[in-house]
Amino acid sequence: MFRNALGKTFRFLGYTVQYGCIAHCAFEYLGGVVVCSGPSMEPTIQNSDIVFSENLSRHFYCIRKGDIVIAKSPNDPKSNICKRVIGLEGDKVCTSNPSDFLKSHSYVPKGHVWLEGDNLRNSTDSRCYGPVPYGLIRGRICFKNFPRLINFDEPLHTLLHFSCWHICLLFVWMILPIKKKFEKVEGSGSEEGGRGAINNAFDIQLKGH
Amino acid sequence: MLIIVVFVCRSFFSICSSMMVCNENDYSSFTSGWNIMIDAISRRTWNLLITLIVSPRNPEQKIIKRVIALEGDIIKTIGYKKKYVKVPHGHIWVEGDHHGHSFDSNAFGPVSLGLLHARATHILWPPKRWQKLQPILPPERKPLQREQE
Repeated sequence: MFRNALGKTFRFLGYTVQYGCIAHCAFEYLGGVVVCSGPSMEPTIQNSDIVFSENLSRHFYCIRKGDIVIAKSPNDPKSNICKRVIGLEGDKVCTSNPSDFLKSHSYVPKGHVWLEGDNLRNSTDSRCYGPVPYGLIRGRICFKNFPRLINFDEPLHTLLHFSCWHICLLFVWMILPIKKKFEKVEGSGSEEGGRGAINNAFDIQLKGH
Repeated sequence: MLIIVVFVCRSFFSICSSMMVCNENDYSSFTSGWNIMIDAISRRTWNLLITLIVSPRNPEQKIIKRVIALEGDIIKTIGYKKKYVKVPHGHIWVEGDHHGHSFDSNAFGPVSLGLLHARATHILWPPKRWQKLQPILPPERKPLQREQE
């Protein structure tokens, strides 16, 4: 009884560890669901919009001009910023505000990118803290505004979208071994059928004799 | 199973990695490092560590340098465009031990904390250089003014 319970606990722990591995690798190398806050990317991304960011572009160094990226804040490593890439290394960018009379330009140094929010009047971006090192970029936003399936209030809505990503991963994790099991069962059935046919043939031969 | 292997490899490299460091003026050997959890380490013990950072000039490369000053400290630079620099908020000042031949903050300025990758703790290879890396700050490189906690 005790051994049975212990066995079940260990099996459950094993499944949890397996799922944890999948979730961690997915979040690190594939991407995840992100909630954006603040007005700096309006009208493209509104306050409390939910977006999906992918991390593959960062690892393969294919972030392009015009992409919206999520990066670690240069002044605060614990917070993230969501801005558009205006210039890559070597590009000439305008470093002054749109309201300034005299425009100033500079070149983006090697290994850096120039980030700006879409809402230029209300955005703290590279015009304040300068070009951002490429190593700070975390991911690129590819989908935004998941459709509101049910009209929940804000915190529940956010929770629903975060859990959707986990549910997708759980589905992938569970469906693969089930599919394998299904194929195995089909295969053993046909083997038995074959053996049965050979036995029948042998019986017929014996009867004939 | 493959996923578990990938995860174990990744967590090994994120928690404790042995990295080959070559063409660096500090150490040309294997070093083992612990990834820094920025929240967990207090400001006092953070100084003087030898750290691995993602190079600001080339994101594919990691460079290994000593932390000389933290945010808020004022230091005297060697060969930087400004003679005295106050390290801005969220940044650190790193330098190689071999001044003059080192590509460090004296070339590219203060480094953002987000670029920190790991802390080097020991030299593993070659065996004759097996040692624990000590957090020593050369006295001539001490900050002129340190921000009080």
